Amino acid sequence: MGKNLAGKLALIVGVLVVFCFGIVGIPHGGLKESIKRRINLGLDLKGGTHLVLEVHVAEAVGSTTDRDVQRIEDDFQKAGITGATVGKTDQAHPETIMVTGVPAAKLGDARSILQGNDYSNYDVATTADGVSLTMKPGAIRDLETRTLNTSIETIRDRVDKLGVAEAQVAPYGLGANQILVELPGVSDPGRVEDIIQSTAKLSIHEVIGGPFENDQAAMAANNGVIPADAMLVRGSATSGAPESVWLLKRVSEVEGTDFRDAQPSQDQNGRPNIRFNLTTEAGDRFYKYTSAHSSTSSTPGSMAIVLDNKVREVAGIQSAIRDSGEITGGFTQQQANDLSLMLRTGALPATISFLETRTVGPSLGAASIHQGIVAAIAGMLAVMVFMLVYYHGAGINADLALFLNLVILLGFMGFTGSTLTLPGIAGVILTIGMGVDSNVLIFERIREELRSGKTAAAAVDQGFKHALTTIIDTHVTTIVSALILFLFGTGPVRGFAVTLAFGLFANLFTAVFVSRLIFDAILQNKERGAALSI
Amino acid sequence: MSLELFRTTNIDWLGKKWYFLGFSLIFSVLGVLSMLFWHGIPRGVDFKGGTQIRVAFDQAPNEDHLRQAMDKAGVKDFTIQRVSDPSGHAANKVIISLPQSTATDQSHDQGRQGVENALTSNYHDSAFTIEQVEIVGPTAGLELQKQAAWATVYSLIGMLVYLWFRFELIYGVAAVVAVFHDTLITVGAFSLTNQEITLTVIAAILTLIGYSMNDTIVVFDRIRENLATSRRESLHDVVNRSINQTLSRTVISSGLTFLTVLSLYLFGGEVLHGFSFALVVGILIGTYSSIAVAAPMLVAYQDWRVKRGKIASLPAGKRAKA
Repeated sequence: MGKNLAGKLALIVGVLVVFCFGIVGIPHGGLKESIKRRINLGLDLKGGTHLVLEVHVAEAVGSTTDRDVQRIEDDFQKAGITGATVGKTDQAHPETIMVTGVPAAKLGDARSILQGNDYSNYDVATTADGVSLTMKPGAIRDLETRTLNTSIETIRDRVDKLGVAEAQVAPYGLGANQILVELPGVSDPGRVEDIIQSTAKLSIHEVIGGPFENDQAAMAANNGVIPADAMLVRGSATSGAPESVWLLKRVSEVEGTDFRDAQPSQDQNGRPNIRFNLTTEAGDRFYKYTSAHSSTSSTPGSMAIVLDNKVREVAGIQSAIRDSGEITGGFTQQQANDLSLMLRTGALPATISFLETRTVGPSLGAASIHQGIVAAIAGMLAVMVFMLVYYHGAGINADLALFLNLVILLGFMGFTGSTLTLPGIAGVILTIGMGVDSNVLIFERIREELRSGKTAAAAVDQGFKHALTTIIDTHVTTIVSALILFLFGTGPVRGFAVTLAFGLFANLFTAVFVSRLIFDAILQNKERGAALSI
Repeated sequence: MSLELFRTTNIDWLGKKWYFLGFSLIFSVLGVLSMLFWHGIPRGVDFKGGTQIRVAFDQAPNEDHLRQAMDKAGVKDFTIQRVSDPSGHAANKVIISLPQSTATDQSHDQGRQGVENALTSNYHDSAFTIEQVEIVGPTAGLELQKQAAWATVYSLIGMLVYLWFRFELIYGVAAVVAVFHDTLITVGAFSLTNQEITLTVIAAILTLIGYSMNDTIVVFDRIRENLATSRRESLHDVVNRSINQTLSRTVISSGLTFLTVLSLYLFGGEVLHGFSFALVVGILIGTYSSIAVAAPMLVAYQDWRVKRGKIASLPAGKRAKA
């Protein structure tokens, strides 16, 4: 064997070894285990739950402006500006705050406050009856991005704490503000869905009035007007009690981010409850509020615990509370556990809705793999046998090339951590089809050249040369389309594109380089003019 | 002595172009008619939205009892479909589908819970497991549909541009028309047989597009090569000769790929049924279209140019850099 050939052979063996490593890694345990560790199977093959959620990021804008309304009011109070009305008047534009009724003498002061650094996220404009603040488009975009990212972090945290192994939470490319959650091995998504979706917006509000039987009764009790700083919230103060309505102060005393820790626990009667701790800053605030309204004070009051816009508990304030307390919301133990988990991981900044849920049970996934592999092996064996019968010696080339092709393809997937899905298998089939086709193209061309009277060596040379043009054209065309599918596609379309692209690169190497080398090696050991087994 | 299927064939392929046209027209029109007036394009839950639940029973399920169980629990507008293997052998599985109204973005999980409760409390014939649940809201369904379509269109444009660069524009156009023809007939076959087009079927259609394109390029490459060496032969003859020269590879390659796909259809299990059906149809049509649609289009284009008094020769494209 010539020096050149030996070098090429070494290269091929090297490639084989590297990609075998890609498939099995450093083998420990059985071969099957090793492969399982390296080749990621999609949820459609191994079973699990695939969720696509949408985060309603626009809500974050509304709650930010709500907070800023409060800040403006506070700032005005400090500056001695009275009589001004600060609020959001247009439901369709949650990003706009209107300030009206500022006394003419104080207008300059009000303006300089609003144009200060604290409100730099707003465009300030003068309108007929006052000043309007509109959140800048850039600030809205930032806020929305932040909301999406916080949601992803929170969901990831929750899923991790639930103990789902290898869960994936990532932005989803199909539409804006969508999140993809993949939970391998979870085939009953009900509880996970609840935990993910629950915004876990927990807050404690001062009770102004109630309980009322329904909204109408509440309105009637307040002469048909809900005060601007109040809101009506439904719920029940004890579990199983019929739903009632309370009039609560709109601004909460403490809320989501104020909670430092929460643990499920039980009260003295053995009922599940949640013990919580507040941050120091919130603790101070809460102390101020509870001492002002405790049963021994001049203005005793009660507070409502609101979870996801539903009243869960209403309690009279017994004594001043600083930074720890408990919530008895008529929870089951499971609910208490889940809710503490959600409080620990923080509230979602906006509500979430599900767009897509796909669950594949483990048995179906396993059946798909098994049948898919049987079918692929049966198909490949049939192809290999045919190549041997039809092309004799050259058939060995083709079979070797095909085998190596598969090793490289799987190795690629192992190295890059790509996921093999059902559509991915489609890509593998197209790869096998085109791999076989490359060999057939070359062999048929060599036969043609032989028929036209060329020697074996010349026929091989010409055959490869002519077939190469075609093979490059077909492969580049398909790689172009695979790249585009990868760029513009998601999910299944991408899975297809990935295996196809890897497979085609492998093909170019095996059909053109490896197969050629084998021919050259055979020709070198033959006398000039000897027949070729093809 | 080596085995050979076709040694030297001398078939006048282009002479049969009217038969080809007739054949293609019949199948395209049948498919289109079925899409318009009969089954429509049967979209799977992926695209039309809704809830689809695959349930496996320990014993052959009794469909009447299933219906009663659902009715009793107040589940509405459901359809029950028995799952069968490609061999036609009925499996102990059913697919229960609920319309899109059960999977709104607000109350996503309602349908699944309804069905699960109905079966648990009202169906007593045998135990069951829920194997697969797919819930697709209206927004997601629409987006998936749009996105799959655009990805395909972009990839076709990409291929067209590459072929334009390597050959001539008309080659690219002919290849894309052939691929479109294959997709139309395959989707038509789904409509005629009333099988649902799911995301996996889309992957199969992408595969057949790739395959058909591959096949077409092999023939085109040979035409280009022959045009470069024999300038005095008419295009009609060159195209015929090129098809004949590549015929043996066409038959062997397609035959082998068909074999792989057929094995997938027969042994691949029910989940791959629609997928492998698309490929079985697609490989056959894709091979046919390279010979019967793409190549005749080149000749027809040249004839049209001659009629308009333009230069008669079809440019062979940039010479291949081998």
